[in-house]
Amino acid sequence: MADKTITISLMDGPYDSETTTTALRIAEAALSKGISVNVFAYEGAVSLTLKGQTQHPNPVKGTTAEQQQHPTTAGFIAALFEKAGGDAQLQWVNCGLCVDERGASDWIDGPRRGGPADFYKWSQESTNTLVIGTR
Amino acid sequence: MPKVLSVVEHAYAGTIEEQDDTVLWITHMVKNAGGDISALLRGNATNYAVRGQDASGLRFGGVTLSVPPTIEKDVADMIAKGITVYAVREDLEQRGISASDLVPGVTTISASDVARLFDEHDQIWHW
Repeated sequence: MADKTITISLMDGPYDSETTTTALRIAEAALSKGISVNVFAYEGAVSLTLKGQTQHPNPVKGTTAEQQQHPTTAGFIAALFEKAGGDAQLQWVNCGLCVDERGASDWIDGPRRGGPADFYKWSQESTNTLVIGTR
Repeated sequence: MPKVLSVVEHAYAGTIEEQDDTVLWITHMVKNAGGDISALLRGNATNYAVRGQDASGLRFGGVTLSVPPTIEKDVADMIAKGITVYAVREDLEQRGISASDLVPGVTTISASDVARLFDEHDQIWHW
């Protein structure tokens, strides 16, 4: 069990802002330092872990999907789950109601369904909590 | 053919994940489709035309972003394609960006000329 845990709340969906990328970098850095990470994905952020995200070509640049290696947030987050282990654990909760209203329920392995009560519980138990709202 | 001005103001929104700016991208696609389109960079988006940007190095665990965005090149490619790219001079100055910092071919205009520029186009797409 890690001595420290950070809880992060996200609201932005994939491909909308840089804040999510920054939050994932913070999560990566925390895991690298042996700090456990909890992520509560709220509203559009539940789409970050959708399994069906697919790489695509770029017709402006004339590149194929293989050349472009378009990133997916699901791929980034799957890598974080692979990185987590030992004392530094990653827990990811997708807001269930947000999932239902979007039909966004087909996720990669790792996240689980939950709700604001999970976020509140984590916030009370964690060393610190970072809320990243949408703008 | 109606003349379109694509106004880009909200900058660096998802550019890492998208590997480009989505508004510059769709502007380029419209040009490729035969559209008569220009672009106006204003606010923080004026930085899109600055030379020397490097967005490489992002990595999560074992996943590396192998193809990072190259937005200044995207701007240069748009200009090469015949898209006039304007940038608001005052917005550049407020950010300490001089004309010599920009990729070649960007047309700087004063804020007081924006209304005239709008009037010269049939449609204004302010994203």
